[in-house]
Amino acid sequence: MKFWDLSDLALRNLREAFLRNALTTLGVAVGVASLVAILSIGVGLQRFTAKRISQSGLFDTIFVTAKSNFRGMGRPQREAQSDKPARPLDEDARRELQKLPNVIEVYPQVRFFTEVRFHNKPYATVVAGMPESSRNSGAFDGMQGSFFSSADASEAILQIEFAKDLSDQPASLIGQDLALRYAERQAIPAASDTSSARDGAGFSVVPKELHLKIVGVVETEPAAGYGGTGNARLLIPLQTASALRAAQVNDLRDIVRGANANKAVYPSLSVRAKSPSQVAVLEASIKNLGFNAFSLLDASKSLQTFFSLFDSLLGIFGGLALSIATLGIINTLVMAILERRREIGVWKALGAADSDVQQLFFVEAGIMGLLGGILGVAFGWLLGHVITFGTNVYLKRQNLNPIELTSVPWWLVVAALLLGVLVSLLAGLYPASRAARLNPVDALRYE
Amino acid sequence: MRAVDDLSLSIARGEFLALLGSSGSGKSTLLNLIAGLDRPTSGAILANGSDLTTLSPLQLARYRRNTVSMIFQSFNLLPRMTLEENIDLPLRLAEVERSERAGRVREALERVRLTHRTGHRPPELSGGEQQRVAIARALVNSPQILLADEPTGNLDSATGEVILSLLRELQTQLGMTIVMVTHERPLAERFADRLATMGDGRLLDTTPTVRGAAQ
Repeated sequence: MKFWDLSDLALRNLREAFLRNALTTLGVAVGVASLVAILSIGVGLQRFTAKRISQSGLFDTIFVTAKSNFRGMGRPQREAQSDKPARPLDEDARRELQKLPNVIEVYPQVRFFTEVRFHNKPYATVVAGMPESSRNSGAFDGMQGSFFSSADASEAILQIEFAKDLSDQPASLIGQDLALRYAERQAIPAASDTSSARDGAGFSVVPKELHLKIVGVVETEPAAGYGGTGNARLLIPLQTASALRAAQVNDLRDIVRGANANKAVYPSLSVRAKSPSQVAVLEASIKNLGFNAFSLLDASKSLQTFFSLFDSLLGIFGGLALSIATLGIINTLVMAILERRREIGVWKALGAADSDVQQLFFVEAGIMGLLGGILGVAFGWLLGHVITFGTNVYLKRQNLNPIELTSVPWWLVVAALLLGVLVSLLAGLYPASRAARLNPVDALRYE
Repeated sequence: MRAVDDLSLSIARGEFLALLGSSGSGKSTLLNLIAGLDRPTSGAILANGSDLTTLSPLQLARYRRNTVSMIFQSFNLLPRMTLEENIDLPLRLAEVERSERAGRVREALERVRLTHRTGHRPPELSGGEQQRVAIARALVNSPQILLADEPTGNLDSATGEVILSLLRELQTQLGMTIVMVTHERPLAERFADRLATMGDGRLLDTTPTVRGAAQ
């Protein structure tokens, strides 16, 4: 029989036992919907994480330090055994790094522990300089207030926990002033007759104060907890931070080692690659120049592995719902065979081949699967939005930013439809072959 | 138990044969064998020169579709389909083009004089009308052999007569071979060409009717 005639008759049969077939189709829809909803959460979380990661700059950034920096402390100094000589991380080095291929920018990490006075009360905190590029990285999306007005503004953005320390209503802090107290390094001028100061190897530390205007409050520091002295809770423009010449942790050590205090040496530099895929090559060439280089690329790879495992796990739960729907289809079709036994006999008496009968049941199963799939995708999509909505209501109550928790990409829609049809066809396999094998004489005798 | 045992019967092209016999004599089984719905465990059934026992299931289906047609005591119409859809079903199975099908359904309905009941479903019709629809469905593929399994069994005698005279008329018009199982000898004698009587799986007797003898 021609496919269209078969589909026409199958649709007519489905309409005849409307309630039962509608319920079966609904079963498939629920199975597909749960699969779509669950996987859309998986995909949504993955996208959300990937977005956050790319915003954080963690995975396209290489942290460069001079060799023998931040090493020791009982760890073997592998770098010391390398044949490349250790080089200072100075301005020359910064320029050299900037010229490497696929580098967007190279900026120093300025980060120091100090004291802030607000309403004449002291607060200890870590201050970090933020490069101008972080304005567009998305890391400050959803912040309260605004980003720094210029690259060298005397302005500050507070991390939310710190802001809560300062005031019960963090938002009210925006526009207020605070005083940043810090220790400025001042080089001691070289005196030719004293051997100790022969290389200008020393500096004095002078307490200074800088008034900053609070312009914003942000959830977390971008690239927090990495390459420095812990989470910074007060963020200021990088240029402003550099200009302070604030004494940093490694300054004293550099002095002891006899570094030239007049020559700016960076404790570390961040090198941003154009994309995470170029990080590995770039990291190797930086190491070749004689620096320590470190990136979180490996962590990104394991994150991908985690999400593929996570998605498979979620898929298994969704699949369970679908397998129950499969049983529903088998049940419905087997019932239909019993009811339509005589009809099958008539079909065969009129010249239907076994394959015609088989195809009829197959098409009926397929139609239920397709309709169930379409409904299921719609339900799943809706369910995803309801979950996102509910989550965001909760997040809002917790004073957190809303997120797009679920995502239904086109491939999920196509896969869910295909799966709905495929599962239904598989479920139709047994009933269809059973119907086809019916002996027409017995079937015609059936009352 | 034996369902037909040692029958040997040949039926001429264009003949109207009535199969008579008591219940359980194997008449219906014989009809099912000729219809290609069942296969004998031994022996042969030759239709148009080909042995049905050697045909594959698909070839047998094709034989049922194109060569032979059947009407039943209980009509066996599909109750959820309209008259036209019932009659259309063999055409769909034979993959006849949609454009051609409507005309052939119409023609079959005209032959059984039921054009005024189109659009109805079988349960809305009388027994005689239902049997006429079944006949129209059996004719629509222009079969060479029409098998009728007690076609008047569920009808009152007047309606039974109308149905048989319709069968006779169609047989004359179309030149089909008709094999009819019946219990009603008087009707068979009036409309068939030859009577074959079966008993216990055997062919007891074949006699031409007056009509048959006259031909």
